Amino acid sequence: MTQRNVIEAINDALTLAMSADERVLVLGEDVGRNGGVFRATDGLIERFGEERVVDTPLAEAGIVGTSIGLAAYGMRPVAEIQFLGFSLQSFAQLLGQAARIRSRSQGRFTCPLVLRAPFGGGVRAFELHSDSLEAHFVHTPGLKVVAPATPYDAKGMLLASIEDPDPVIFLEPLRRYRAGRAEVPDGHYTVPLGKAAIIRAGSDVTIVAWSAMIAPALEAAETLADEGIQAEVIDLRTLAPFDADTIIHSVEKTGRAVVVHEAPKTAGVGAEIVATINERALYSLEAPVARVTGYDVVTPVILEDYALPSPGRIVQAVRATLNT
Amino acid sequence: MASIIQEQDIRPPEPISVLAPDGSLRPGAHVEESPELLLTMYRWMTFGRIFDTRLLNLQRQGRLVTYAPVSGQEAAQIGSSLALQHEDWLFGTYRDGLACVAHGLPPEHVILLFRGHPKAGAVPPGVNVFGQQIGIAEQIPHAVGAAWGMKLRKAQTAALTLFGDGATSEGAFHEGINFAGVLKAPVVLVCQNNGWAISVPRSAQTASETLAQKAVAYGITGRLVDGNDVLAMYREVGSALERARTGQGPTLIEAITYRYGPHSASDDPLRYRSNAELTEWQDTRDPLLRLRAYIERQNMWDENRQIALEEELRAEVAGVVTAALTEPIPAPESMFEQVYETPSPQLVQQQQELRAYLKATEKGVTFP
Repeated sequence: MTQRNVIEAINDALTLAMSADERVLVLGEDVGRNGGVFRATDGLIERFGEERVVDTPLAEAGIVGTSIGLAAYGMRPVAEIQFLGFSLQSFAQLLGQAARIRSRSQGRFTCPLVLRAPFGGGVRAFELHSDSLEAHFVHTPGLKVVAPATPYDAKGMLLASIEDPDPVIFLEPLRRYRAGRAEVPDGHYTVPLGKAAIIRAGSDVTIVAWSAMIAPALEAAETLADEGIQAEVIDLRTLAPFDADTIIHSVEKTGRAVVVHEAPKTAGVGAEIVATINERALYSLEAPVARVTGYDVVTPVILEDYALPSPGRIVQAVRATLNT
Repeated sequence: MASIIQEQDIRPPEPISVLAPDGSLRPGAHVEESPELLLTMYRWMTFGRIFDTRLLNLQRQGRLVTYAPVSGQEAAQIGSSLALQHEDWLFGTYRDGLACVAHGLPPEHVILLFRGHPKAGAVPPGVNVFGQQIGIAEQIPHAVGAAWGMKLRKAQTAALTLFGDGATSEGAFHEGINFAGVLKAPVVLVCQNNGWAISVPRSAQTASETLAQKAVAYGITGRLVDGNDVLAMYREVGSALERARTGQGPTLIEAITYRYGPHSASDDPLRYRSNAELTEWQDTRDPLLRLRAYIERQNMWDENRQIALEEELRAEVAGVVTAALTEPIPAPESMFEQVYETPSPQLVQQQQELRAYLKATEKGVTFP
């Protein structure tokens, strides 16, 4: 066991995957000599060489498009996009191509690529550097979408993503990259995709969150505990396919739920979760399911503290749910 | 029209230049620009250097969320910007604040951009600057589209877009320049090749010998220019704009230059390039020193004037900084206002929710 933060855990996963499988290569802007703008790929070029750690031209559609070809040909590309907002320039390749290689070829060709990108705000980054775009990917059949919150999950889920036979969008919690170290096993292990984790047990209300929203959700749960309200906090971890069973079982127990995400509210992933709860656990509900989300705006950086879901807003939503 | 693409214009060894790095005239070159214009160029470049130094310091103090320095590229930006006429449009990037300011953008807007303040984008009416683009190469097709509109409206104007060497790898560059060629749009595309796209050298960006030669494949004029020679930039961009305005189509200009600072406040250039490379550019190819050497030789400039100018510009920059930093943080509710012309019912509801929450919590936010 070693104490690692999220970025170190990701670096460790990449090192292990490249050591174990020579088909794995890392590509992206500034991932080589510079070690990635957040240092996720630090040291890899020295260890694995320029053929497997590739500083690409500045072209996101090119990075994703060539990754599709590499993956279909049998390589295991792990592409980095510096900020998720920059993936907008690769949407045609991601949504229209990577996601459809398997179904289009009826399984003759597959696309086992991983696209890593940090996402979300809270670090005072300016426009296109703080977007939460996960709903676009979740809404695209054929893509898996992973969003770990902790160093342990980041490593185990990245290894699982690299070994996965389908394209995985691996969303990293930018704001939590260096938020603290935790015990992370040294060797290879995987955390299965598609499984949520109950990270705090409770009986009064279910809070569902992921990635950087886990921290405010847990903080809210602590505040609520002081008021005698026991919140169960679920870290969804994988957004597509998402673990509906864990949510439903929890809601059947608590009868109340609040979904938290940083992305805009309208047609966000929260809407899908609420709809699923309504479909499968309506008669267990004591109150409408609440959402605490970003607003339907492009948030000016200088106002982002007002827009990001805060522990206070989560507490308020839980109280409202309990008072219904 | 006969092709005006000249092979020697777009291939090494020598980019077009008027002044040698030591400020002497290139053989056969003449300076016909007025002393007033030369001094205006020098003043703007000096403003750029002082403004840049101040903003990088502000970022280090935590007053800006990030900053993308311009030092080293002043001639490329000022030569381009001063070649514009007031009615021409400029489509630049986060690093092109100096060019934007020289085309009329109040300098406070550049500071506000790097403070994450929404007012940064509210370009004053009458200033033909289409903001400062953050996505790489995204503004290139916008400039082409605006130029296309000028052609449709028979306006006697042109559009200029600025971008970096890295941008030439993006699809938006290739699609934009191709449209420009097909439509014969009155647009000038100026690539400031500063050698590095964050950590990736120009040589890893494209297998082309030059960026200017990409013009050939798109059927437009290409020029390779010494981007640290403000006179060469001014003339080449000016000629390209004139060709554009007179229906002779678009031009791609590659300006060879260098960025002295980091890509942005968050990277360390020593991880990817040598300090010797930097100091070689600073000591022997600096754009300010080059023009200064020329105007001193012409007895238009001396040390006393230099000191006076720097003093004056430092005071001017101090005023701009104070104005920008004291610009009030907008009301949180304002973020809902410019999503659509008429806010959607959802936005109205979300605005009410935020108001109620703020009232209940008396939540206040401070910004450094």
